Amino acid sequence: MNIPVECYLVLSTLLFFIGVFGFVTRRNLVAMLISVELVLNSVDLNFAVFNRLLFPGQLEGFFFTLFSIGVSAAETAVALAIIINVYRNYHSDQVNSIENMKF
Amino acid sequence: MMNIDYSQFLSMIPEVTLVALLIIIFIADFATAQRVVLPNAESKAVSPRAWFNPLVCLLMTVHIVINIFPVTAATAFGNMYYTTPAIGVIKTILALGALIVLIQSREWLSRPDTQFKEGEFYMLLISTLLGMNMMVSANHFLLFFLGLEMASVPMACLVGLDKYRHNSAEAAAKFILTATFSSGVMLFGISFLYGAMGTLYFDDLAMKMQATPLTITGMVFFFSGLGFKLSLVPFHFWTADTYQGAPTTVTGYLSVVSKGAAAFALCAILMKVFAPMVEYWQYLLFIVIVLSITIANLFAIRQRDLKRFMAFSSISQAGYIVLALIGNSAMSFTALSFYVLIYVAANMAVFSVISSIEEHNNGVVDMEGYNGLYKTNPRLAFLMTLALFSLGGIPPFAGMFSKFFVFMAAVKGASISTTAGSLAYAVVFIALVNTVVSLYYYLLIVKAMYIKHNENPLPTFKSASSTKLALAICTAGILLFGVCSMVYEWIDSATMASL
Repeated sequence: MNIPVECYLVLSTLLFFIGVFGFVTRRNLVAMLISVELVLNSVDLNFAVFNRLLFPGQLEGFFFTLFSIGVSAAETAVALAIIINVYRNYHSDQVNSIENMKF
Repeated sequence: MMNIDYSQFLSMIPEVTLVALLIIIFIADFATAQRVVLPNAESKAVSPRAWFNPLVCLLMTVHIVINIFPVTAATAFGNMYYTTPAIGVIKTILALGALIVLIQSREWLSRPDTQFKEGEFYMLLISTLLGMNMMVSANHFLLFFLGLEMASVPMACLVGLDKYRHNSAEAAAKFILTATFSSGVMLFGISFLYGAMGTLYFDDLAMKMQATPLTITGMVFFFSGLGFKLSLVPFHFWTADTYQGAPTTVTGYLSVVSKGAAAFALCAILMKVFAPMVEYWQYLLFIVIVLSITIANLFAIRQRDLKRFMAFSSISQAGYIVLALIGNSAMSFTALSFYVLIYVAANMAVFSVISSIEEHNNGVVDMEGYNGLYKTNPRLAFLMTLALFSLGGIPPFAGMFSKFFVFMAAVKGASISTTAGSLAYAVVFIALVNTVVSLYYYLLIVKAMYIKHNENPLPTFKSASSTKLALAICTAGILLFGVCSMVYEWIDSATMASL
């Protein structure tokens, strides 16, 4: 059975916009981080699909996916460390409570 | 078929020397680490490792001296990495900015609550610089992405370095979340480009690039991702909070070197990869530049906190930096590099003064604290005034020349009879009007220092010799870079040799 490219792209676009929506609406730092991961996953899916179905025979897209997964793991590690530090300082990970600075 | 061997490292000397620097600093830090001094423990005011900062500054100077001579154009590692004389100049400018940050960080890093993280600070700073070098030298989107991440992940650690202070933690959280989000958006754009063209090499992309809806969407996503890093206006919400919360030294680094690197990368990619789509990204730039300069200026007027104020000022300066790009010629590149060089000098001078005052007066950063500064610390007030005049673009100082070249680059080749050409003139006119607004708010600080009366102004203090050195370098830059035409010619000849 062949799944057409469009289906994958609809899925990855949905993932991307769910991630964007979550990033904007969620008020919890960890949930925001998860939303960003959704965005990055949609990108990985995009690269893999384009490579597999549009340009078979080359590996650029797959490599990009691999690197992007590795880099986003590093980013998440740093982000979680920072969120833990925020939690230690504020005793909360809600966005509303970390508003020391405002204009 | 490409062949890859170790000899290709010879064409990437700036990166190799930075890695060597990183290793030396790591070993030095590792070998001489003291036991951890807790922040509120009573300890000597003098750092036990007084040699450390001079060593790092010396190594950085060696790095700059090795790489200041123009390199010849070369590519390495299967065309993923490329360098030209112009890119060499850019790397020198970035390293110069980092050197000034390192020099002026000494005072901050010799405090009892920061001195045990001295080594970390240097290593993180140099790895961000390494990432920025990779970013401007990339000839493939993968290397560009890796360089960008290498520049922004350690940067988040730098922002959060003052981890026992609430503001610093908050700033770091805001920075890392927007940085990951923006790189996600940028990658989404890049994936569209890959889908349309099937390659990620800049050269191949530039050859195959056509303005189809898919590539235009990809370009817009890519631009907004990089716009976050540059903090251009629709994407600037993290800037003020991050700049205010980060340690002052890091704020200086963030506002100058990090922004400069992102601007260079944007310039290289727009003019190389997206060259066939110039009529599309030009309109994008028109909108973003007008918004950045105007809105940031209006917000800067109402700020009372000096670091927050400088954040908005740096957003509007980013608008001016990008303004050079709309001319889309070799001169754009020269004007942009020159602008960033001057901006490094002027902005680092302001941040050195802010940081020095903050260190000596229990963290005073609001504008009321500066009232009557002239009475007690006349020299510091005078240097701050020079730097602010340069940022505002008052004639004898370098800032005026850099603004002039940017405006000239923006309308180069634009004809008033075409829509795009007349819009370019309109954007430059709006930017020109905005310099007057920016002059108003820069002068607010000058007024606070010289004219406003204060019952008990900040006490007279002597800044550390390292801060004095940083200020001297910056002031020399402000006074000389504009008047000595050889600086501009140095950049211009490098750009011409890269064509």
